[in-house]
Amino acid sequence: MNTLDTPPVAALAGVTLRYGAVTALDRLDLAVRPGELLALLGPNGAGKSTSVAALLGLVRPQAGQATLFGADPQRVEARRRIGVMLQSAVLPATLTVAELLRLTASYYPAPRALAESAALADVTDLLKRPYGKLSGGQQRRVQFALALCGQPELLFLDEPTVGMDIDARERLWATMRTVVAQGCAVVLTTHYLEEAEALAQRVVVIDRGRVLTEGSVDDLRASVALTRIRCISDLDEVAIARWSGVAGASREGSRLIVTTAAAEPVVRRLLDADSALSELEVRRAGLAEAFSALTRPDTATQEAA
Amino acid sequence: MNNVAAVLPMPPRRVLGAYLEEARSECLRYLRAPSFILPVTLFSTVFYLMFGVLLNHAGSDASRYLLASYTTFGVIGPGLFGFGASLAIERDGGLLTLKRALPMPSGAYLLGKMVMAMIVASLVVVLLLTLGLTLGGVSMTPLRVLAMLAAGAFGVLPFCALGMFVGTLIKGQGAPGLLNLVYLPMAFLSGLWLPLSMLPKVLQSLAPLWPSYHLNQLTLAAVGMGSGPLLVHVLALAGYAVVFLALATRRLRRLG
Repeated sequence: MNTLDTPPVAALAGVTLRYGAVTALDRLDLAVRPGELLALLGPNGAGKSTSVAALLGLVRPQAGQATLFGADPQRVEARRRIGVMLQSAVLPATLTVAELLRLTASYYPAPRALAESAALADVTDLLKRPYGKLSGGQQRRVQFALALCGQPELLFLDEPTVGMDIDARERLWATMRTVVAQGCAVVLTTHYLEEAEALAQRVVVIDRGRVLTEGSVDDLRASVALTRIRCISDLDEVAIARWSGVAGASREGSRLIVTTAAAEPVVRRLLDADSALSELEVRRAGLAEAFSALTRPDTATQEAA
Repeated sequence: MNNVAAVLPMPPRRVLGAYLEEARSECLRYLRAPSFILPVTLFSTVFYLMFGVLLNHAGSDASRYLLASYTTFGVIGPGLFGFGASLAIERDGGLLTLKRALPMPSGAYLLGKMVMAMIVASLVVVLLLTLGLTLGGVSMTPLRVLAMLAAGAFGVLPFCALGMFVGTLIKGQGAPGLLNLVYLPMAFLSGLWLPLSMLPKVLQSLAPLWPSYHLNQLTLAAVGMGSGPLLVHVLALAGYAVVFLALATRRLRRLG
C-alpha cells in the first residue's frame, strides 16, 4: 500500500448518509489517488451515484467527511479543478453546443480551447447545432465535452456511456485513456463490467452503501469467473470447502451451494460422494451474482468484520 | 493537506467573465424559446390592444389607465415564469445539480436569470409603450417614458423572488400551472383588469397586501395618474423581494 502516502485528490472518510429511513452510504471509505482511473462498480441503487454526490459536495453526510483536494467540496476553489458528467442533466435545449462549451469553460481559470474540447469528445461537427435537436448519444458526448473543457485534474463520470452505441462508447473510452495519460484522475461509475475491465486501474465494488471489495480488475475478474453449483445434498459443506478447486461452500437449508472456478471435476466428485444428490444446477456467476455472492455473509471472505 | 492553495488562481476578470457568460446564455436561451417568450410578451400586449385600444377611444383616460395596468401585468410575467418555471424544471431535470457541482461562481445562476427577466420585462414595456403611444393615442413626456421603463426593469425583481419561491415549492412541469394560480388572481385582486373602485370594498382594502398593487401604483404614477407618495410602494416592493428571496434560498439550501 505504498500509494497511500500520496494525498488523495478526493476522499470519503467514514461517510454515512441517510435519506429518511434509507441508508444510502454506510460508513463508507473511499480515496481517489492522483492520476488513477478508479471505477465504482455496483448494482443499481448500490450507492455509487450517492458516493459521487458526496464527493462533489452535493449532499451533506450525516457522519464522516468528504474532501476534494484536501478541502471541503463545496469550496469553489476545489471545484475549479474538477470536471463533471452527471448521470442525467437536461441542458438548455435552445443553446448551441458551442455556446454551452463557452459557458462551461468560463467557470474555469485555464480551460482548454473550445476546438480542443470539441475534438476530444468528438462533437466538432455538432458545434453549431442546438443541444435540444441532438440524439441521446450525441447529448452524452456533449456532456462529456463539458466535463473535459475546464482541463480538470479530476474527472467525475457518472454512468457516462449509458445510451451510447458501441462506436461512441469505444471512442469515449479512448478519450478517457488519453486524459488519464495526461495525468487526469477519473472516477467512473458504471454497472458495465467490461467498461471497468477496459479502463480501470482500480475497482471498488459498492453495495448497500458499503465497500465490498477493492482491488485490481484482475482480482475482480477472478471473483466473477466463478461458477455456482447448487443441489440438494446432505454432504458436509465444511469438508467440501476444503476440496481442491473449491472456492467456497455453504448451505441454505437442504441446499448445498458450492462456488468453484472449474465446475466439471467438482460436480463429478459431488455425484460420486452422494448418490442421493438431486436438483443439480450449474451456473456461471454473472456480475450481478458476483455482487450478491460478495454481499452474502457466508461466502464473503471480504466481509468487513 | 491544503493543496487548494497550490491551484491556479482564478483571475477576477475571468470571474466577471463567468457572470457575464451566464447572463448572456440565460438571455439567449429564453429569447430563443417560443414557449416562453410568446406568452410572456403577447398576453399583455394583446389584452391592451383589445381593451385599451379597440374598446376605447384613442387618447381617452381609459387607454392611459390601462396602459399602466397592462404594463404591470406584463412585467410580472417574465419574473414569475422566467424564474419560477425555469427553476422548477431545472431542479427536476438535474441542471441545477450540475451547476452546483461545476465551479460556477456563486450567485451567477440567480443573477443570470435576473438579468434575463429584466431584459424581457423591458421588452414588454417597450412593446406596450409603442402600442399606447401610437394606436392608443396616449401622450407622454420622455421623462414619463423613462419612468415607465425603470418601473418595468426594476419592478420585475420582487416577482423574480416570488417566482423563485414558488419554484422551490414544486418540481417540474407542474410549476406553470401553480404560477398561473398566483399570477391571475393576484392581477385581478390588485386591480389590473378592473379598476379597484369597481371591486367589493373588502377586496379594495386587501389590495395593498399584493405586491402587484404596489407596482401598479408606480406605473400609474408614470402615466400621470398616480396618487400619494411613491416611496412607500418602492419600499413595499423591496420588502417583498427580500422576504421571498430569503424564503427561497432557505428552501433551496435545505432541499437542493
